[in-house]
Amino acid sequence: MKWFGLIATAFTGILLLSAVGDFARFGDPHSPANAGVGDRPSVSQYYITDTYADTKVPNIVTAVLADYRGYDTMFETVVIFAAGISIFAILRSLGGPVVPVSHPQAIDTSVDGDHQRIIIGTTCRLMIPVIQLFALYVVAHGHHSPGGGFQGGVILGASFILLALAKDLGTALGRFSEKRYLTLGCVGIMIYAGFGLLCQALERNLLDYEILHRIMPATDAVMARSHSMLGVEVGVAFTVTAIMFAIYSNLSSNGRLDHGL
Amino acid sequence: MEFLKTSVIPHFNYWVYVILMMIGLHAMITKNNLIKKLVGMTIFQTAIILFYVSIGVKSGSTIPILEHHHDDHAEVAAADAHHGEPAESDHDSDAVNPDHFANPLPHVLMLTAIVVGVSTLGVALAVSQSIFKDFGSLEEDEILEKIKQGGAAIDD
Repeated sequence: MKWFGLIATAFTGILLLSAVGDFARFGDPHSPANAGVGDRPSVSQYYITDTYADTKVPNIVTAVLADYRGYDTMFETVVIFAAGISIFAILRSLGGPVVPVSHPQAIDTSVDGDHQRIIIGTTCRLMIPVIQLFALYVVAHGHHSPGGGFQGGVILGASFILLALAKDLGTALGRFSEKRYLTLGCVGIMIYAGFGLLCQALERNLLDYEILHRIMPATDAVMARSHSMLGVEVGVAFTVTAIMFAIYSNLSSNGRLDHGL
Repeated sequence: MEFLKTSVIPHFNYWVYVILMMIGLHAMITKNNLIKKLVGMTIFQTAIILFYVSIGVKSGSTIPILEHHHDDHAEVAAADAHHGEPAESDHDSDAVNPDHFANPLPHVLMLTAIVVGVSTLGVALAVSQSIFKDFGSLEEDEILEKIKQGGAAIDD
């Protein structure tokens, strides 16, 4: 089995490497992927030249993610949500007999343990608010600087995971309970889908944000796309935050949600 | 040496991605432990992400975020349109040269691929944890052994 695997891997590798010569040079601005074939410009060139005029969003990646490819991103969010729900379905044990495990706090009653708890606790008290503020900045400023819903959501989820690692899972669940994170995950998808359906209710295609200037105060068709992207990103951030913490809390406590690692 | 100069150096990103991908594939095929298989899967995904992002690189370009000072468009206006037609826009800057910005499309695609990777990894870890709960092992041969024994017990 070992030798078969090695031979298969080597064969695949040689096959892939034999095609490497046909690729464009590294960093070539005129490669087919970057500049299109012949006279026809590629879609990425359209994104670079026309995004600002279309949407007034300078971060092209955010604009492509939330507007031009909004349908893709909507179901991306659904994929994350489905992953969270399936982990819930696989691991979570509801109302079973609770197996008493030796409590981890019984271990670190020594002077060393106390010192560690003070240092870690103080550091977390200082760090977690900063992390959460930064996460909100990354979400809200995703149009103008690197960032967006996925990144900000992961940072926000990480702040809760840090709390769970520093204290125990119960403390973190006291702040962000299971009911609350599952609700938040649903709300995030509903915000995203709601923006899409709102466009449909105004007799346009799904996620065609332009028409939303009719119900958004003081916007034109271009700014409506920019503002809708912000709303959609907030929805993505809600779902990602909730599901990141759901994955961590279920995996770390084996689905019991008691005290975690 | 000649081969190195003509084939490897201008395409080194593709060589790195193939090597990384094969390391991941080898781990997925031959390793016995389920967690090691997952590590292989993650290396495989990372290789693909590297492949896509390196395709979008343009030498001398910057990140795909436009300059947007409200009163100073000098940076943008200095760029001449090499490809594509100038944007017919109502804001007062001239066309943006696509060669000056990295290709945004691979970045978007890989952003979503990373997210899918995290989700699949989470589900895979959950499944392995539940396998460990049932069989007391993460080694493939031991699990197969126990499944066979269990099957025999049910047949009896």
